Amino acid sequence: MIERIGALVVAALAWAGEVGLFGLRALREALRPPFEAKELLRQLYDIGSRSAPLIAVAGFSVGIVMSMHSRSSLERFGAEALIPSVLALSLAREIAPLVAGLLVSGRVGAGIGAELGGMRVTEQIDALESLAVDSFKYLVVTRVLACMIAQPILTTFMSFTGIVGGFVAETVISDLSFRLYFDRAFSSMQFVDYVPASLKTVVFGFIIGTVSSYLGYNAAGGAEGVGKASTKSVVYSSILLILANVVLVKMIIFFFPEEIG
Amino acid sequence: MSANEAVIRFEEVSKSFGSKRILQDVSFDIARGSAFCILGRSGTGKSVTLKLMIGLLKPEQGRIFVEDQEITALHARELPPVRKTMGFLFQNAALFDSLSVGENVAFPLRRHTNKPEADIKDRAREKLAQVGLEHEYDMMPADLSGGMRKRAGLARALALNPSILLVDEPSAGLDPMTSAEIDSLLLNLKSERDTTLVVVTHNIPSARRIGDELVVMHEGHFIAHGTAKELDQSDHPVVREFMKSEGGG
Repeated sequence: MIERIGALVVAALAWAGEVGLFGLRALREALRPPFEAKELLRQLYDIGSRSAPLIAVAGFSVGIVMSMHSRSSLERFGAEALIPSVLALSLAREIAPLVAGLLVSGRVGAGIGAELGGMRVTEQIDALESLAVDSFKYLVVTRVLACMIAQPILTTFMSFTGIVGGFVAETVISDLSFRLYFDRAFSSMQFVDYVPASLKTVVFGFIIGTVSSYLGYNAAGGAEGVGKASTKSVVYSSILLILANVVLVKMIIFFFPEEIG
Repeated sequence: MSANEAVIRFEEVSKSFGSKRILQDVSFDIARGSAFCILGRSGTGKSVTLKLMIGLLKPEQGRIFVEDQEITALHARELPPVRKTMGFLFQNAALFDSLSVGENVAFPLRRHTNKPEADIKDRAREKLAQVGLEHEYDMMPADLSGGMRKRAGLARALALNPSILLVDEPSAGLDPMTSAEIDSLLLNLKSERDTTLVVVTHNIPSARRIGDELVVMHEGHFIAHGTAKELDQSDHPVVREFMKSEGGG
């Protein structure tokens, strides 16, 4: 039993090491020309712009729900005035980065895994290479970078739509003006509430792009292999993202103890 | 054939996948402007041989030369200039399914030439016309029949006017008439442009039509090498059986 667990742990670590090297190669290759700007922009559109509606709806809904929960708790202490700032801080620091990360890992991770997996099993990746195109740079580097660039933007967008959702929930109950609500929401927000969390989402983007590209790029076994690559992309990138979040939050608290604590 | 006429040369090349040996000390030369057909049953390493020629796979052992350049000694980054001189028609065409047929053909031109957009589109149309697909420029690969996909793949492989064309199973999944059409396209290329053809097939009539030289692969080795007539007279039981089957002999 212990031997089996040990073997599983070793296999998981070996896999993580391979994926890590794959991701580091993507970062290294990103610094070497050609820069595939056109494909990067196409991926940014696919990964970023096309995820925006999902992020907007999710952010708006989360904002409404959080606002309702916050009100029921804060009302007991007569602290309803704090609802906007509590909501803004929770969204910026934790809720938006994590929820946006999980949503993107579902939508984009599955898409990348399936797309690259399909290209691998139908020899389209070989076809790219035969046309003297570096398939790793063209397919992997662009997707990893696009995820890293899009993730903080989508997270910020989610925070914003969340605050708007919170405002909508509040206006049903109180007659708080839009301006006052936003003043209160941002009054207690500081540099360290937004920037470290945004940097964290760059890491989330790196995880989603790397894991899903790795699984798709190395897919094998026909349609079944593509399906597995797609499913595993979502599962593995979500798990890694949640685990990385724990480490990154600890790091943020370590580097910014006064402000965060 | 003297050594300096060889456009592709394999020297004692071996390739395995896991414990399965696919090629074992294979050596041969392919002369410039010739049509070289590799025959053999499924799973004998024919497609692997093609992929080794263009550097998509690396052998464990041996050396491969293309135009006197040892591609087995090149880093992946040094391969593109060699690959630009070669075209590859994949068994299932391997068209990029997110691009239209015309964009597939235009893709290598956009990547490797500085031509204006209008010229690139004209050239892509010209290549499609060459394979009889001039009206399919805007169609998506998924909307094409098997034969049309193969011809579109051929147009893409020819976009950069390669001096060497590698063709994997040109007749696979095609009816005899479409298969003969593809063969005549390949023969036109050879006669009009002096393109060196390397064709992997298990279709003996097709190999007879196209091939100047035929080789038969079996268990990781070339067990016969010569013209179709020479192979018809081979004493090797596998070669005799193979040449008699599928319309041969």
